[in-house]
Amino acid sequence: MSTLVFLETHDGEPTKGGLGLLSKAAALGAGDVSAVVLGTGVRDAAAQAGAHGASRVYVVEDDALAAPLPQPRVDALEAVVAESGAENVLFAASVLAADVASGLAARLEAGLNWDLTDLRVDGGELVGTRPALGDTVLVDVGWTSTPRIGLVRSGTFDPVETGGTAEVQEVSATFREFSTQARLVDHLQEESSGPSIEEADVIVAGGRGLGGPEGFSMCEELASALGGAVAATRAVVDAGWYPYSAQVGQTGKTVSPKLYIALGISGAIQHKVGMQGSGTIVAINKDPNAPIFDFADLGVVGDLAQIAPKLTELLRARQ
Amino acid sequence: MKIAVCVKQVPDATVHKRLDPATNRLDRSGEGALNATDVNAVEEALRLKEASGGEVVVLSLGPEKAMDSLRKALAMGADRAVLVSDDAAAGSDLVATSRALAMALEREEADLVLFGQQSSDGDGAVLWAAVSDRLRRPMVSQVAELTVDGDAVKGKRQTEFGYDVIAAPLPAVVAVSDAINEPRYPSLKGIMGAKSKPQEVVSLADLGVDPGDVGESGSRTTVRAVAPPPAKSGQVKIEDDGSGAEKIVDYLAEKRLI
Repeated sequence: MSTLVFLETHDGEPTKGGLGLLSKAAALGAGDVSAVVLGTGVRDAAAQAGAHGASRVYVVEDDALAAPLPQPRVDALEAVVAESGAENVLFAASVLAADVASGLAARLEAGLNWDLTDLRVDGGELVGTRPALGDTVLVDVGWTSTPRIGLVRSGTFDPVETGGTAEVQEVSATFREFSTQARLVDHLQEESSGPSIEEADVIVAGGRGLGGPEGFSMCEELASALGGAVAATRAVVDAGWYPYSAQVGQTGKTVSPKLYIALGISGAIQHKVGMQGSGTIVAINKDPNAPIFDFADLGVVGDLAQIAPKLTELLRARQ
Repeated sequence: MKIAVCVKQVPDATVHKRLDPATNRLDRSGEGALNATDVNAVEEALRLKEASGGEVVVLSLGPEKAMDSLRKALAMGADRAVLVSDDAAAGSDLVATSRALAMALEREEADLVLFGQQSSDGDGAVLWAAVSDRLRRPMVSQVAELTVDGDAVKGKRQTEFGYDVIAAPLPAVVAVSDAINEPRYPSLKGIMGAKSKPQEVVSLADLGVDPGDVGESGSRTTVRAVAPPPAKSGQVKIEDDGSGAEKIVDYLAEKRLI
């Protein structure tokens, strides 16, 4: 069973999600594992792919792939899948990767399973695990033809360096006329300090219980003491307390840090689906009946204005 | 400008969602509603029509009762509804759904095809990309601001790394984010008027879709098993007695998280 992992790059660097998925694919121990990198100036990413378990890296360098747009990537992947004969094509979910995976599924008449939180090989078949219905059930999903396309929930697998090297194979692609019609005309970088919430090992998230936008300074200080990033619920983003880029949940981002500290978050299902993959969840909320206590590992019922600054102070004192 | 908005009927938020144990498909027998983020797409289409004229068609694939949900879009102001409904299409996955939907869209020849952000039942947020590949049209997704200027669209696309502004010539496919607008509520007049607006139910045969290419036979994915998620263990809940912060630090240290 040969597997191809789409390694998304940002400024020439592979994303953590892509490297984590590559490590997982290698750990499945089910046949050849290759990576594919697409773009301009992405050859250096090939070395990292080797270090994370790929035996081969397919590289398509083309100006048509310079901007982070999905449609030319479908053309390039079509060529790489044909060249490699890959039976599994796996993607770590992102705004870009989801569109590429879906476009490729239509192009190749291939099955796409999304939101996977685990992968395994069972009786020679690839099986994915997908939480459904607000994560109240776990569904084992399969594919009835090849290639099998899988989109894995972001942050599901941690990168593991195995120290190998990958053979680099250049592939050229032809681009369809419609694929290159959308053009990037501007990029507006979000003002951010510290790690992005998808990449962070620690997230401090704030909800309505913060009382107002000024409450986020508590989150920021606690996050800075932990070397983490700040996230927010939909309610407070809608209220304009914090930028949308930090929104976690059904209509925001899905994160799975090692530690998720929820300040003043009730834990509605819309938020839960975006963060329940976190390693350890600590919640502080004054409402003892808040749903977040049903799935927090450590729940503290109390006034966060008292607890959070004290926690920051204690953590700083330990450093 | 002719705008087609792809929408979906999903179980109403108040309905307890379950999988039918016989088919492993979502039980759709209860009350249905128009998928919440599709309402943003309908709203955006109406705003574009109000600014520059044209027609707004809502289009869906689903059981016949899905027309009840499409009427909400008509009540908001959409001009007509097209529902592709066929028993042979039940259980369609992404490849199969995108095929049927693309055929229905080919028939409409819209200048702009809009999608909402995500379906609340299947958590899918990918359909537009498959459909645009089948239609061979440029596509922009996660659009938080959309402008149409002459024969081109410009979308401000929200990604993990900030905003990308993407331009594409019409005809095009655009998936909007739910941050794009605050949808209107249908007025009483709109609700009354919706009943008399054109509501067409079309079959796969009407679209020239081979029934073997949709439904389970046209799908490439399968559900193998369904199980409850493992229960969480070792949860601790404490009341803060003034030592809450210390207890958190102790807990994190014990877990080797700090």
